[in-house]
Amino acid sequence: MASEVKFEKVDFYYGAFKAIDSLQLTILARKVSAFIGPSGCGKSTVLRMVNRTNELVAERTRLEGRVLIADENIYDGVDLFSLRKKVGMVFQRPNPFPKTVYENIAWAPRIHGVKRTDELDEIVEKSLKRAALWDQVKNKLKSSALSLSGGQQQRLCIARSIAVNPEVLLMDEPTSALDPRATARIEDLVEELKADYTIVIVTHSMQQAARISDSTAFFLSEGAGRPGRLIEFGETERVFTNPSSRLTEKYITGRFG
Amino acid sequence: MAVVGIILIFTFVISAGLPLFFKVGPYRFLFGMEWRPTGGQFGILPLILGTLLVVAGALVVGGSAGVVTAIFLSELCPQVLKRTFKVVVELLAGIPSVVYGFFGIIVLIPFIRSQVGGSGYGILSASIILGIMILPTVTAIAEDAVSSVPIDYKLAGLSLGATDWQTIRQVILPAATGGIATALVLGIGRAIGETMAVLMVIGNAPQIPDSLVKPVSALTSTIALDMAYASGDHRTALFAIAIVLLLIITLLLISIRLLHARLGSAE
Ligand SMILES: Nc1ncnc2c1ncn2[C@@H]1O[C@H](COP(=O)(O)OP(=O)(O)OP(=O)(O)O)[C@@H](O)[C@H]1O
Ligand SMILES: [Mg+2]
Repeated sequence: MASEVKFEKVDFYYGAFKAIDSLQLTILARKVSAFIGPSGCGKSTVLRMVNRTNELVAERTRLEGRVLIADENIYDGVDLFSLRKKVGMVFQRPNPFPKTVYENIAWAPRIHGVKRTDELDEIVEKSLKRAALWDQVKNKLKSSALSLSGGQQQRLCIARSIAVNPEVLLMDEPTSALDPRATARIEDLVEELKADYTIVIVTHSMQQAARISDSTAFFLSEGAGRPGRLIEFGETERVFTNPSSRLTEKYITGRFG
Repeated sequence: MAVVGIILIFTFVISAGLPLFFKVGPYRFLFGMEWRPTGGQFGILPLILGTLLVVAGALVVGGSAGVVTAIFLSELCPQVLKRTFKVVVELLAGIPSVVYGFFGIIVLIPFIRSQVGGSGYGILSASIILGIMILPTVTAIAEDAVSSVPIDYKLAGLSLGATDWQTIRQVILPAATGGIATALVLGIGRAIGETMAVLMVIGNAPQIPDSLVKPVSALTSTIALDMAYASGDHRTALFAIAIVLLLIITLLLISIRLLHARLGSAE
């Protein structure tokens, strides 16, 4: 089940620093949405709002407004653990656990109560197949995940997220540490996965955003110490060919950032 | 320079102690049940057992407390408190051994005498005092190990909906096993070598104990106590004990090396 993610008048603070200013945005289910914008404009911050992990990377954070997943405000008395189970996250640097391939996938389902080995086996196989990794690792399920190549590790991380049946999949520059071939495979995978998940991907590559996303959000901060704002959001093709804001145009034609 | 020093010490200790090995025989020396050097009995088994028991006890007390403190400091403690706690732990490391012994005599021994029984002097007291003494070593090294586990693992675990504790126990700690083991081995090393505080609370009776509140003797404390008056074979026997200590410490250091080599190749 994929869910819509909605930001309603969201301000976000790290301590006294306002990082995001009145964000209004609806991310559609079963679509790929790309976040683009210069470094420091708040893309990762917005992404981390969705699984509430900003509060893990910084000590004092504050959010005003509402963030809704499937119409439920996730900043109002929600259970953090079931929220994070519902929202998968893939990081910039592939970060498989220093465990076996099998354990990387089976760990989270087990934590969430799956006990039977045959069930776990099935989840592992299904998730790895879904992440287009099964054929390459089916004979080394018991090897360390760290022995895989970077691209394989990143797909393993995607499989690990999928294993707990999330509704939303967040990806923060998932290919920036990978070579072009591994990048292409991840991009193909993202296209396949969008049938089942709401996918948000942060990227610094205009080409990548243009290739794989349905909608694009452009963020910008007007300088150090200023909050990031959403400048434009719309269908990717329209944003790239006919941006409604001059700022967007300047950014995608490479004149700043 | 350091190497020369070590070679000198080893040569000196070995040449001073070795004759006794030959005179008594290594087996009767190491496994003899009676240490009565003035009566010609040179069995150090009671001393070895005393040392082992006290060190094991220290590991139970200080090792577990050290690892728990390390986890708390690096994973759970808010930044502000962290510095204060670290200073406290470092202070603990700077307190002279004799002060620990003094604390043991004044506070711990009466407490154990009244709560557990016996004279208060013995394995239990020595274990607790030694446990506190190795706490800073274990904490500092284990804390290093735990905080050098990449934050990525923690984020990955928590992002999958795991609790802090599940993530710490099942992801972070396994990733830090090597460092934690090193911390414990160094703790053992510190505990074995510690003399003064042990000597003050252990009771100094070279016997094979039948309970945790019985006084015993350790290898180090025996050397320190007897050296003042020993002569002849007795004196040689003390050097032979020193050889045993050197061997144990060398083995520990080698085990750390092996531990690191194995972990290095596993990465
Ligand atoms: N943990 C944090 N504590 C305090 N401030 C933070 C923290 N993380 C980010 N910021 C600040 O919030 C603003 C947005 O940062 P963020 O990382 O979201 O930007 P970004 O668009 O993802 O940048 P990049 O493209 O470099 O990844 C920046 O000014 C940054 O300095
Ligand atoms: Mg970022």
